[in-house]
Amino acid sequence: MANPTFVALRTIWIKEITRFMRIWVQTLVPPAITMTLYFVIFGNLIGSRIGEMNGFSYMEFIVPGLIMMAVITNSYANVSSSFFSAKFQRNVEELLVAPVPNWVIIAGYVGGGVARALLIGIIVTSVSMLFVDLSIYNPLAIALTLLLTATLFSCAGLINAVYAKTFDDISIVPTFVLTPLTYLGGVFYSLSLLPPFWQAVSKANPIVYMVDGFRFGFLGHADVSFSVSMAVLLGFNVLLFGIAWTLINRGVGIRS
Amino acid sequence: MNALEISGLQKTYAGGTQALKGIDLNVRQGDFFALLGPNGAGKSTTIGIIASLVNKSAGTVLVDGHSVDTDLVRAKASIGLVPQEFNFNQFETLLQIVVNQAGYYGVPRHIAKQRAEKYLKQLDLWEKRDSAARTLSGGMKRRLMIARALMHEPKILILDEPTAGVDIEIRRSMWEFLKKINEQGITIILTTHYLEEAEMLCRNIAIIDKGQIVENTSMKSLLAKLNMETFILDLAPTDNTPTLAGFTCRLLDNHTLEVDVAKQDGLNPVFSQLSEQGIQVLSMRNKANRLEELFMTLLQNGRKPEVSHG
Repeated sequence: MANPTFVALRTIWIKEITRFMRIWVQTLVPPAITMTLYFVIFGNLIGSRIGEMNGFSYMEFIVPGLIMMAVITNSYANVSSSFFSAKFQRNVEELLVAPVPNWVIIAGYVGGGVARALLIGIIVTSVSMLFVDLSIYNPLAIALTLLLTATLFSCAGLINAVYAKTFDDISIVPTFVLTPLTYLGGVFYSLSLLPPFWQAVSKANPIVYMVDGFRFGFLGHADVSFSVSMAVLLGFNVLLFGIAWTLINRGVGIRS
Repeated sequence: MNALEISGLQKTYAGGTQALKGIDLNVRQGDFFALLGPNGAGKSTTIGIIASLVNKSAGTVLVDGHSVDTDLVRAKASIGLVPQEFNFNQFETLLQIVVNQAGYYGVPRHIAKQRAEKYLKQLDLWEKRDSAARTLSGGMKRRLMIARALMHEPKILILDEPTAGVDIEIRRSMWEFLKKINEQGITIILTTHYLEEAEMLCRNIAIIDKGQIVENTSMKSLLAKLNMETFILDLAPTDNTPTLAGFTCRLLDNHTLEVDVAKQDGLNPVFSQLSEQGIQVLSMRNKANRLEELFMTLLQNGRKPEVSHG
């Protein structure tokens, strides 16, 4: 007989993956189109005039950051919209009345976000290979950064959904926090181009470590030490999972 | 052992509203139990606490002997909940909804699929198994929630207004289904606005009002407390004005008479007096559901009704 906790966890994963696959036009196609445009405009057209960045072609330099950008956006959006919809339609009650441990609810939704992020990562990487001959310096670093980033932003999306009362509330953070942090996270430029003051300010931005760690996996070049990037990522993961666990345990936004 | 034991249950919401003021309630195993009360009486709050959707403020709840405080997993596994409002994902298919629900209770997928076929067929939903839930009619959605609640084969089924907004034919087929699964041993706790439903199905009943239990007894003894019934008589056209000595009656129009009759008096004196006056009774019916009258009396008095009429 299968372990009931694992059956429940697997069920949430299946449900979540089925959800984003069912609406693939909304979930899987847009990142492919957006990233194609980025590659064409920034990579091919403008990039060819920029020249090299840290010894790599501009296209090679931005590809890891663009993949990471898609991963961040999609892991966050998947969990925030799915969990908020479950609250809104009240089908979160299906989980609350069942003997599902709270950590399984979190791991289930986060797992769904990670699955979508990984799939998007594969799609965007495949698209990028049409434009650039991708080299892989350290596959383990790529996998680890991808996984930790997807987990982190899935947790963040869950926390957002727990507090959200309207659909507007789940678009505020992506618009006003995530997008600026991502664009200022070194996707399109090397931190070394910034004056020392802005370099220091940028290091308070956690997305810098994700982009940098991911780029290290592809190019073998990093502005920040890879181990520091992983430590920062791990720290944020523990922090956000802890917050999500506390909120779900207290029943914030889901139990009266 | 009781299927449900509630003691001193209190709930005060964050806004200060005291929904439950310390209720005690026992439901025997295998019972078909009705929890009645007007809107806002505390029925859904009570069910919410039993099903872990609402945090209680005080009191104890034992579900099939398992405390919701110390043995929540077993308590939850014992209950199947059919909530008042549709709370499934409207975009999922029926099969996905019921199979996933079983999965949350740890039922392996291959077994869940077998049960899905069994319950969706029993509730006449199998043909719709691959349709999105949003395409179902109101009655089908209600039946879907019953199928979903049975997927982990609980010992206790709690239904919060299960037939609200359902037409009479489907309501009656749902009653038959509930009777059948009750006969198979599942304890059923039902809240309803349809008092006829409680009278038809339930053996025991509790009436809750303003967060307190105002009555908790068997349906039989509750109905026995009501010894006054009101009948409406349709009379043949006549020039005579009917009068009934010893009865309270009201002439609604020149061919409709409303009479209050105590059980011990019987109807014979009514008919004989009318017959003596040359008035023919064409037909007769109860003015209102008996339970409804009793229910209103209990709520109006806020206490058990006095048995007084002679």
